[in-house]
Amino acid sequence: MTRIDFDKYEEFYAKRTGAMRSSVMRDLMAVTAMPDVISLAGGMPNTSSFPAKTLDKITHEIAMHGAAAALQYGPTEGFDETKENIIEVMAEENTLVERENIIVTTGGQQGIDLVTRILVNPGDTVIAEAPTYPGAIPSFCSFEADVIQVPLDDDGLRMDLFKEVLGKLLKAGTKPKFIYVIPDFHNPAGVCLSFERRQELVALAKEHQLIIVEDNPYGQLRFEGEALPTLYSLDDDDNVIYLSTFSKILSPGIRLGWIVAPAPLLAKFNLGKQAADLCPSTFAQKIVNRYFEQARWQDYVDTVRDIYHKRRDAMLTALDEYFPEEAIWTHPQGGFYIWVTLPDYINTTDLLALAVEEEKVAFVPGAGGWVDGSGANHMRLAFCGVPEDKIEEGIKRLAKVIREQMVLYRALQGE
Amino acid sequence: MSKKKIAVLKGGRSLEREISLKSGARVEKALKALGYSVDVIDVDVRMVKRLKEIKPDAAFIAMHGRSGEDGTVQELLDILGIPYTGSNVLPSIRCMDKVLTKHILVADGIPTPRFYAFNRDAFQELGATDTLPIIGEELGYPIVVKPAAQGSALGIRFAHEESELPAALISAFSFDNKVLLEKYIKGKELAVSILGREPRALPIVEVRPKTDFFDFESRYTLGKADYIVPAELSPEVAADIESLSLKVFESLGCSGFGRVDILMDESDGLQVLEINTIPGFTETSLLPMAAQATGIGFNELVEEILLCAMEGQ
Repeated sequence: MTRIDFDKYEEFYAKRTGAMRSSVMRDLMAVTAMPDVISLAGGMPNTSSFPAKTLDKITHEIAMHGAAAALQYGPTEGFDETKENIIEVMAEENTLVERENIIVTTGGQQGIDLVTRILVNPGDTVIAEAPTYPGAIPSFCSFEADVIQVPLDDDGLRMDLFKEVLGKLLKAGTKPKFIYVIPDFHNPAGVCLSFERRQELVALAKEHQLIIVEDNPYGQLRFEGEALPTLYSLDDDDNVIYLSTFSKILSPGIRLGWIVAPAPLLAKFNLGKQAADLCPSTFAQKIVNRYFEQARWQDYVDTVRDIYHKRRDAMLTALDEYFPEEAIWTHPQGGFYIWVTLPDYINTTDLLALAVEEEKVAFVPGAGGWVDGSGANHMRLAFCGVPEDKIEEGIKRLAKVIREQMVLYRALQGE
Repeated sequence: MSKKKIAVLKGGRSLEREISLKSGARVEKALKALGYSVDVIDVDVRMVKRLKEIKPDAAFIAMHGRSGEDGTVQELLDILGIPYTGSNVLPSIRCMDKVLTKHILVADGIPTPRFYAFNRDAFQELGATDTLPIIGEELGYPIVVKPAAQGSALGIRFAHEESELPAALISAFSFDNKVLLEKYIKGKELAVSILGREPRALPIVEVRPKTDFFDFESRYTLGKADYIVPAELSPEVAADIESLSLKVFESLGCSGFGRVDILMDESDGLQVLEINTIPGFTETSLLPMAAQATGIGFNELVEEILLCAMEGQ
């Protein structure tokens, strides 16, 4: 008898590899990426609005005057100039940070990976929102974290439920390794953590000596309403690790993000980064450094913010017009995403197949935001990457397939 | 003599596009290694134009699911007079639709799990919902709910009681306008690949999910199931299964190659589930695995499938 494994290397894989998984979205990527599909799926920043002349000038200057350094290895924690750029960005959020507390990472994603790598042993508890950023789940899972998810509402993480979960854990002698939150324009839910809850969360962290991981890639993209203080700025007890990125304010292709953290943690992140990739791209950093030197980075953020604002409005208008009244959705004041909740008999992973095949429109099924795959009746709609007319058309098509499911459901109920 | 020109058709719009792109890439590589002149077409509205320009000696269809496996592409190739791999239009239509397949099997006296089938209209316009209690009694729970269009494990759900049927039906209807409710049979899952101008069965593969049977993600995720080839069966039982598979292949009118999926229940009773007319050609597909088990390498497999098509003309 021969037992054939599809993969002859299977016996070599580490146990944690078994916890890594691909998402439904990845599997359907080949179809959703067809040019005639209106994709409300990917959170793609609008890179086409970046001024080509600026990029041309900067890269030319680097080639002519700074090629040697730009092509060389650099410090693991990133160039001082890059850290200065980061300080400038964070000052815009009224968050004051020191160079010594910054490490430049390869995209914001590496920040999540490093924090988990350094803090989590297999079986350790991590608390996250329900839903959470779908891209964080593979990081948590690959380090075999036990992820407990606490529901959020229009004001972000439900503090009543969070305290309940935390209380039970502490009573059982289990201290979570960290609490991962996206306070501004949550991915995928689109909501912000309210000011009161921010204060309460930071106070709880101080009281119980917990670590909060604040992931804030969308903080600069507020279209309306009052800016809220970062958790990092509210914390006076060194309990917050702050993660962000240049992806949404400049370019995701640049692959540069950062971690701000208390010195002891930062030293460990530095060791983790050495092991992972030695240093962030020096070439990419030089581009960012020159860009910050020569242009007002805020101008570009203003440009894209304006684009996203119009697109959000278009999506909200279309949702009002076309979606059935049984559906509810969030009204984000910034960021990239609207989160839709459908009747609980609709499974959005299946709905995606119908939407792509019949109506040529795609979105992200809600289940991706849960480690255990629950939340199947939700969907994430990204308004960032598609012009207004296509948004309207996409929502119209999506509404059609949702209504089809509803008509069928009523028939199945004998109505 | 100049090299034979082969068009590899891959991709298309089906939900299995990804698998098809992988199948196509492997077939392309094999054909080039075999010395053919290869043109690859990622199928879209320009397909017919491209085929008319290329004028290939034959087309190798490396597409799965809608359009590629349901007779559509086959019909177009017939019109263009281009020989193609695998089954013709009619068997493609029959096998793509599990309901049609099962009716033909039943008519030919071939065992297949008991089933009922509906389209959307039956529920929305004819009150089929009121038959669900009867179906529940007839089939017993759990009931397997499947979209009729085969080619993907997506959309297959289990209803453990009547209250779970609506959600399972809505899921299945997301993938096709026709669904079937099938009696659940506990047993070994066997895949029998068929190959050749004179069809022969390749070694039987047993698919043994490492986790719960109901976990479909596991069944179709790399490394989440064991594949045992040849399956551990007595020579008599194996011979029965092979001859049943060949009978199924013939009964549906298939040609060239294909794969018959069979369940063997606890008392060794055999039940035919479905037939794939274009099973995958990826590194992890069952057909190449079965071929390998009898010493037929991938290139050889691809060439035999191609020659069936060219000699068939």
